[in-house]
Amino acid sequence: MLRVDYLRVPGLPALSFEVAAHECLAVEGPSGSGKTRLLRAIADLDAASGYVHLEGMERGELPGPEWRRRVRYASAEPAWWGAIARKHFSASAKLDRLLSALALSPTTLDRPIAELSTGERQRLGLVRAIVDEPQVLLLDEPTSALDAQGAALAEELIKFQMLAGRIVILVSHDPAQIERLAHARLLLADATGRKLESAAA
Amino acid sequence: MSTVELSGVDLVLAAVLLLINGVISLVFGLRLEGRLAIAALRMAVQLAAVGFVLKFVFAQTSPWWTLLIALVMVVVAGYEAVQRHERRLAGWWAYGLGNMTLLLVGGLATLYAVLAVIGPQPWYAPRYVLPILGMVLGNTLTSISLALQTLTEGAERERGAIEARIALGATRFEAFADVLRRAIVTAMTPLLNTMSVAGIVSLPGMMTGQILAGADPAEAAKYQIMIMFVLSGASGLGALAAAYGGVLLLTDARHRLRLDRLTAART
Repeated sequence: MLRVDYLRVPGLPALSFEVAAHECLAVEGPSGSGKTRLLRAIADLDAASGYVHLEGMERGELPGPEWRRRVRYASAEPAWWGAIARKHFSASAKLDRLLSALALSPTTLDRPIAELSTGERQRLGLVRAIVDEPQVLLLDEPTSALDAQGAALAEELIKFQMLAGRIVILVSHDPAQIERLAHARLLLADATGRKLESAAA
Repeated sequence: MSTVELSGVDLVLAAVLLLINGVISLVFGLRLEGRLAIAALRMAVQLAAVGFVLKFVFAQTSPWWTLLIALVMVVVAGYEAVQRHERRLAGWWAYGLGNMTLLLVGGLATLYAVLAVIGPQPWYAPRYVLPILGMVLGNTLTSISLALQTLTEGAERERGAIEARIALGATRFEAFADVLRRAIVTAMTPLLNTMSVAGIVSLPGMMTGQILAGADPAEAAKYQIMIMFVLSGASGLGALAAAYGGVLLLTDARHRLRLDRLTAART
């Protein structure tokens, strides 16, 4: 279980919510409402006061890298440090399975990152975030660059992660996708509105 | 052999060559003559002052005077090392890092050179300690400056890749590995270049000075070789310390990237 108590993300009111294992919380709100900032704060990539507990352990009790190995933020536009994708992965049977689950050929790993399509990079980014099995997945628009077929495969993979007991927080602009994946929703209002509520889907 | 002493007239004769620059500036309308005069005057006053200060300190042969002058040199060099950058660490952190690195590395390298290599009597003899410290600081300053500049520029440019690694559970040094390596390589390059052309393209300043002062060129060469080794050690250690220290300052205890600690870009 991931429990967030009075988390103060700059520009947002203090937030408290819980997400259980096997479940998905969808975070909705217009652009600029702080969805990405919320995910980054949960992953402890940005400083935010308040508490985030995973299985009873507060993020401050673990070193930052240790926390982020369990609570994984995956950006909508994943960044790469090596020239080819393979530099970002260690070879494993699990990696091959994840690639084929997203219809990526293993040869994709050896092509220059710059020559891959946005969609291929996004799928590789999802694989990279999942392959070492973090307990919590903070997915920031994971299918924004994918066609319908690719998005469907990605959703299957996300569902499978939930079946395996992972906790998912999903930022998405697609109401149908939220309908398919989320068990609960968190609505962030824009800068002018005050409305902020969480509701069961 | 002894030195031919320069008289005031000799200096005036040399200053005639400076006038060439002034004439060029006037003929081509470069409007540099004012700045040229001020720069030349500054240089003359600064060097004359340093000459008198050193003469006084050398006459004292007191460890405290040597230490005081050494500290002043470190502080000025530390300020210079970080002052040159487009975007640098805000507040006192950058100066602190520059000064600490210079004090540590410059101090160690100088002490090593003076105590273990040269071995003058007394060991703190300012006429050995201060010139060597000056050369060490000058070189270490350049290497620290280059290391920090490469590091901050790399952190800004590769922010996405660094944060991606942090998000995947990397420690700050793992996330900075590529930028860190590049910073150290960049910082050590000038000295590598200097060493490979020393004596062929350029005769190093200290060796020239010793030869002019009447030393045996072979002896002067030995001194210069020794100094080059000391300088390479100091600038390598300086680059390493500044780059690692820079990573610590560009991140926090939670291993987050903290580019907000850089000053705003000048426009």
